[in-house]
Amino acid sequence: MSIDSAKISIQQVNKSFRVRRRPGDLKGSSQSVKALDHINLDVKPGEFMVIVGPSGCGKSTLLDLLAGLTTPTSGQILLDGKPITGPNLDRGIVFQQYALFPWKTALANVEFGLETKGVPRKERRAIAQEYIELVGLAGFEHRYPHELSGGMKQRIAIARSLAYDPEVLLMDEPFAALDAQTRESLQSELLRIWEATKKTIIFITHGIEEAVYLGQRVAVMTSRPGRIKEVIEVPFEARTSEEDLRAHPDFVRLRHQIWDLLKDEVKLAQEQEKDRSLQSGTGKISGKGAATHG
Amino acid sequence: MANTGAGAGIGEVLVRLEKKEQSTQRRALGWTIEKLLLAFRSSIVIIAFMVLWEVAPRLGWTNATFLPPLSEVLSTWWSLLLSGDLAEHMEVSLVRSIGGFALALVVSVPLGLAIGWWKSVAQYLNPLLELFRNTAVLALLPVFIMLLGLGETSKIAIIFYACVFPLLLNTISGVRNVDPLLIRSARSMGLSPVQLFRKVVLPASVPTIFVGIRQAGSASILVLVAAEMAGAKSGLGYFIQYTQFSFQITEMYAGIITISIFGVILNYALVTLEKKLTAWKQVSN
Repeated sequence: MSIDSAKISIQQVNKSFRVRRRPGDLKGSSQSVKALDHINLDVKPGEFMVIVGPSGCGKSTLLDLLAGLTTPTSGQILLDGKPITGPNLDRGIVFQQYALFPWKTALANVEFGLETKGVPRKERRAIAQEYIELVGLAGFEHRYPHELSGGMKQRIAIARSLAYDPEVLLMDEPFAALDAQTRESLQSELLRIWEATKKTIIFITHGIEEAVYLGQRVAVMTSRPGRIKEVIEVPFEARTSEEDLRAHPDFVRLRHQIWDLLKDEVKLAQEQEKDRSLQSGTGKISGKGAATHG
Repeated sequence: MANTGAGAGIGEVLVRLEKKEQSTQRRALGWTIEKLLLAFRSSIVIIAFMVLWEVAPRLGWTNATFLPPLSEVLSTWWSLLLSGDLAEHMEVSLVRSIGGFALALVVSVPLGLAIGWWKSVAQYLNPLLELFRNTAVLALLPVFIMLLGLGETSKIAIIFYACVFPLLLNTISGVRNVDPLLIRSARSMGLSPVQLFRKVVLPASVPTIFVGIRQAGSASILVLVAAEMAGAKSGLGYFIQYTQFSFQITEMYAGIITISIFGVILNYALVTLEKKLTAWKQVSN
């Protein structure tokens, strides 16, 4: 695949954070921690790309970079051939913790991005309504987030991100906080929405089964510093019509293959986490804080 | 398998919600009884208190000179209200407390928003704010009287001062404790800092700001009465003090009742406003 046909092109991206050795230590003994190491990945237009990796491998850092919330230490990320310089409505993000505005109704939440885009009120309402219907929550427009279940909140969050019609949908472990049944139903729902809207989706998860079920390709990341270990093609056509994809022999084989790639990394990540906890003495992972900060 | 099952589950939930609404309508009669019961529970103790106040002096349990029966106090209150004596003092007190409170609101909320938003400003100001906040306001009353005299200025100034700190500190903490995820989410949608502040930080901190508004409301009345007792020629605090000195005990109680009614009304008004503005918040019954 050539670079200029890619929707998103991640080129030689490195990201390091400066962290203090000990919290509260003000005298410059900070060290540089490498979160991402030479990431290269191209995502085709309309592709469903899943990135899977052990916890703390820098998946969320990568997503922050894609969102434009932080900038890479070196390398660049191109969207339609143009480098990403900051956050913009051409990318929509769905967070694990929904991030709905609690003072706004479901409808007003979905309208939020459109408001920023400057869409007139009447049109905004119609579009928001349409996306609420798309995620199957017609009738819940005037509920506040606290009146909705976790699954419903995430549907509204997805509707909100789709409503302003981004080029790419970035999803950061969106179903991790949901119970197993809601998660499975939302996974198939997401595939249906993807087929209906033909969006490019970058989906981050630590669930292997979720990765194989959703992704057309699955990028497996190593433990910190995060690198792309391998990109695996998932060759299923029309997943939604498949009776029971999860029992398919190919599904089982792919799941096993990814698990093989991941298991050493998971072990390594756990070791690293232990070391960090011992070093800092607080058990906190400072890298995560640095990634979300700012 | 599980997918279709969960899909049907959502439909089922919808149906169940509809059914729930129907059954609540049918139980309308049950609700009125429930409401009566609730009214009984919330008023029985206060009625008992009023009866006790009426009966105790009449039966000689207490000295009727120092605690006249409630009915006498109420009739005095009524005649004072009709004669306009009380109204005059009420107006003066109202202007003072609402004036000081409003002034504090106008100054502290914008200031608090600014301090909360710029972290470095907060770092500089915090020690001083902590010092002021922990100095009992009434200890400063002599200072205010010395500097500003016995007139309206010193009254309004000390009420203003008493209201500033709860408002300021709650506004600051409201701004600083906005869920960072909401800010991240809004930033990812390309909001400018000004938009971010107006559309996310401000609404998210409203509930905490209201905690400050209510604290300031009760502080304004407390300090009002004390300031009027310490040196004033009018106002409800002065009225209570004056009637006590001239041994008009029923009038004194009438003044006290006026203050408590004033306090209850103010608090009720603020709570109603708060409910209206933060209707989105989860209500914990």
